[in-house]
Amino acid sequence: MSTPNGTPTKITQGSQTKGGIGESTLRPDGTLKVTGEFAYSSDMWHEDMLWGQILRSTVAHAEIVSIDTSEALALPGVYAVMTYDDLPTEVKHYGLEIQDTPVLAHGKVRHHGEPVAIVAADHPETARRAAAKIKVEYRELPVITDEASATAPDAVLVHENRDDHHIGHVPHPNIVHRQPIVRGDARQAAGRADFVVKGEYTFGMQDQAFLGPESGLAVPDEDGGVHLYIATQWLHSDLRQIAPVLGLPERKVRMTLSGVGGAFGGREDLSMQIHACLLALRTGQPVKIVYNRFESFFGHVHRHPAKLYYEHGATREGKLTHVKCRIVLDGGAYASASPAVVGNASSLSIGPYVVDDVDIEAIALYTNNPPCGAMRGFGAVQACFAYEAQMDKLADALGMDRVEFRQLNAMEQGTIMPTGQPVDSPAPVAELLRRVKAMPLPPEQQWLAAGEEADVRQLPGGLSNTTHGEGVVRGIGYAVGIKNVGFSEGFDDYSTARVRMEVVGGEPVATVHTAMAEVGQGGVTVHAQIARTELGVTQVTIHPADTQVGSAGSTSASRQTYVTGGAVKNSCELVREKVLELGRRKFGSYHPAWATAELLLEGGKIVTDGGEVLADLADVLEGESVEVEAEWRHRPTEAFDLRTGQGFGHVQYSFAAHRAVVEVDTELGLVKVIELACAQDVGKALNPLSVIGQIQGGTVQGLGVAVMEEIIVDPVTAKVRNPSFTDYLIPTILDTPTIPVDVLELADDHAPYGLRGIGEAPTLSSTPAVLAAIRNATGLELNRTPVRPEHLTGT
Amino acid sequence: MRVNFTVNGRPQEADDVWEGESLLYVLRERLGLPGSKNACEQGECGSCTVRLDGVPVCSCLVAAGQAEGREVVTVEGLADYAKHRSCGSSRGTSLQEAQDWAAKGHDSQTGEGSELAPIQQAFIDAGAVQCGFCTPGLLVAADEMLERNPNPSDADIREALSGNLCRCTGYEKIMDAVRLAAARQGEAV
Repeated sequence: MSTPNGTPTKITQGSQTKGGIGESTLRPDGTLKVTGEFAYSSDMWHEDMLWGQILRSTVAHAEIVSIDTSEALALPGVYAVMTYDDLPTEVKHYGLEIQDTPVLAHGKVRHHGEPVAIVAADHPETARRAAAKIKVEYRELPVITDEASATAPDAVLVHENRDDHHIGHVPHPNIVHRQPIVRGDARQAAGRADFVVKGEYTFGMQDQAFLGPESGLAVPDEDGGVHLYIATQWLHSDLRQIAPVLGLPERKVRMTLSGVGGAFGGREDLSMQIHACLLALRTGQPVKIVYNRFESFFGHVHRHPAKLYYEHGATREGKLTHVKCRIVLDGGAYASASPAVVGNASSLSIGPYVVDDVDIEAIALYTNNPPCGAMRGFGAVQACFAYEAQMDKLADALGMDRVEFRQLNAMEQGTIMPTGQPVDSPAPVAELLRRVKAMPLPPEQQWLAAGEEADVRQLPGGLSNTTHGEGVVRGIGYAVGIKNVGFSEGFDDYSTARVRMEVVGGEPVATVHTAMAEVGQGGVTVHAQIARTELGVTQVTIHPADTQVGSAGSTSASRQTYVTGGAVKNSCELVREKVLELGRRKFGSYHPAWATAELLLEGGKIVTDGGEVLADLADVLEGESVEVEAEWRHRPTEAFDLRTGQGFGHVQYSFAAHRAVVEVDTELGLVKVIELACAQDVGKALNPLSVIGQIQGGTVQGLGVAVMEEIIVDPVTAKVRNPSFTDYLIPTILDTPTIPVDVLELADDHAPYGLRGIGEAPTLSSTPAVLAAIRNATGLELNRTPVRPEHLTGT
Repeated sequence: MRVNFTVNGRPQEADDVWEGESLLYVLRERLGLPGSKNACEQGECGSCTVRLDGVPVCSCLVAAGQAEGREVVTVEGLADYAKHRSCGSSRGTSLQEAQDWAAKGHDSQTGEGSELAPIQQAFIDAGAVQCGFCTPGLLVAADEMLERNPNPSDADIREALSGNLCRCTGYEKIMDAVRLAAARQGEAV
């Protein structure tokens, strides 16, 4: 049969174990997902189930004068209405790092859409109508919306009486965290610069826009506890925050991961978890909560919008002399992950380049805008948009080729980061740029490829039929980025894996049990591959993720294949030792090699390194099962110094480069991205098909924030103006170009199998590459993203 | 109110339906068919796409009452629907066949043993499934397109699927999957 034309990819294949690492094995949940049988958190159903609904604030900043729930309670079909006063214990706040987020508003709301009351009813529409009958009287307060209003002399404090561990080193209580990084002497180095460029950049608020809305089912247990079926990124982090608010010991809050419809950082914070549990415990009945899309825009944190101020200098020869930068992230009303985002933004602020003299500052503000926290790329995205614009500007000032200028200053293994940390594994920045530049360019005027009639689907404006090629100009842009992998700054970033081997139906079977949240990334596929490689079996069962096993850490920071993959590998190795021990005990007397040779598990057998078969695993394991649960850690990191930003803060770095080709209808300001080529070093591709899927998916999220995605917050009222997929646009298949991918595999000796976390890096350089291409097509400066038509037409 | 309609070839009766309920809600919450997804519930994402008398629609925008007396195909019935199409039989399934289909055993943990439509198999093989939340709607839409246009160009595929949002894949593997299904379909003829 003819091979369909796919997007070209170069990836090395090869593994010694069938279905082991390095192969593109297929998802174990694939069949369930294509037949509609995979149970997502919004698909849960239980007899006598009630529906929960949240009432959210209609204003951004106000005192709550009164709440009257009587009409809501009187509505037939309503089982419970709860406000702050009904919370069962003294613990009434939660948060990832700082417990500043009220479970339900107490006396005050700090952002538009903050939860004020919750309702349980026997039909979701009854619950919605009941919530609408709750009368809340607000007395509005002035809103803090940006750095100027946050730090003005008479600024209202978003949080009074802060006692978190950052308050001691921030210059103002409306600043969550501040991280300076000083290395060398940027002022003195500026004196050596022949060319200096400055820029001020704005990054809009992006939404994760995962498709599976926040949802879950809480079922009361007979022992007074509760079982929560939930879509999250980290079960144990949720548990730690939920249990104290319910007044229950953690063992009485059982959590099982339900199907997760994407995450991208938006499920790191709690959403409806506590609310569903509270209503279930109050009513004694199972309670399901499912947000609709409107509510989802209010129900999770977004990517921090940012203002970025940069100065770059270079010598006439094109060597960077210094970088000064200041990054102001808007954290919104609650801290969420803001402190860690600040750490990333500052430590990765100059990009993958060699600069000895830097003066860096990053802060996150408390404002009355929507809370912001984790999203794929986590602080490094905003910085990359700005430093890559600066690199183009400086190359132009020098009269140098933009790619060659980057290559001349590219970091490599051994380069010292602004934090003083040496980059101690491959950093093929110049090579990635070379590869992405070497890819063939897409042909010109593809809209005429099919004949004389223009195919408008290939043109800016698409099916709106706004041009047949008139006024359309092509542009090309390049960018490269650096992202850290894993949790940084001294965090104890471990994972746990329980692995069991036994005989089922005469065959050796391995079972892998972790609490890893499979959010679509394919961790379940990779875990099975690791078990096959390490244990030499073909049959691997992936146990559902729950809190009956130790924490796996978060499915974020590009860390799960590294850390939980590492934990699975480690536990498999421990199981293998026990199996060999068992084999020696049972059969050791039959063959001297049991004592003398290096033994392996391969093809369901125990073999010597010379290939001689000593025993079938089925015989060794007959009547026995071997099980190990163990924690595994990557090498430790340390906190950044609060004054100088120095410290071994990151576990690993990850690099990707993009080339964007765009066509712009310069008269209407419409952009069509024609191609977004990516080259990325992945260390080792455990599953090449999944690796490419991650790279392409991350690339398109970067495209989205380049040309369309932005949550618009009214600057006067701090209210969200576009909480829907009608008004907040994410790329469709028509907006998306071909994405050729070139994968490089340079092993990191510190990581399991030499792998590198891959999920986020492609989200970084995609956006600045598209912006650079639009600048190239239009000659405009374009210092904000996303670019909208009015920015291109000046109207 | 009571709504009578056919779902995946099987007559269904939904009772106590409130007038404001969507077809999506009735499928998911009253008929135990949660395969059609609820990503936006405002007709923008296509995750709830089903066929209503053969026409792909966002079931979240169809009032349940509008389905009265009509035929609905959801992702749960896609394999059967595709099988009947390839056998050349008319749309729909007899009650007896539908009962056979429902009774067929397969592993509920892995789905092993499930019979798949060619487009479903192609999505798995091409790596077009990540979180999978967009998948049911895309499958119904892509299957309908291949029925109309067995040999689509890339631009045709993009146009036909432009009402279905995916946030994970960047759509490249979805393109691969539809190309693969079209190629296999061409091979089979």
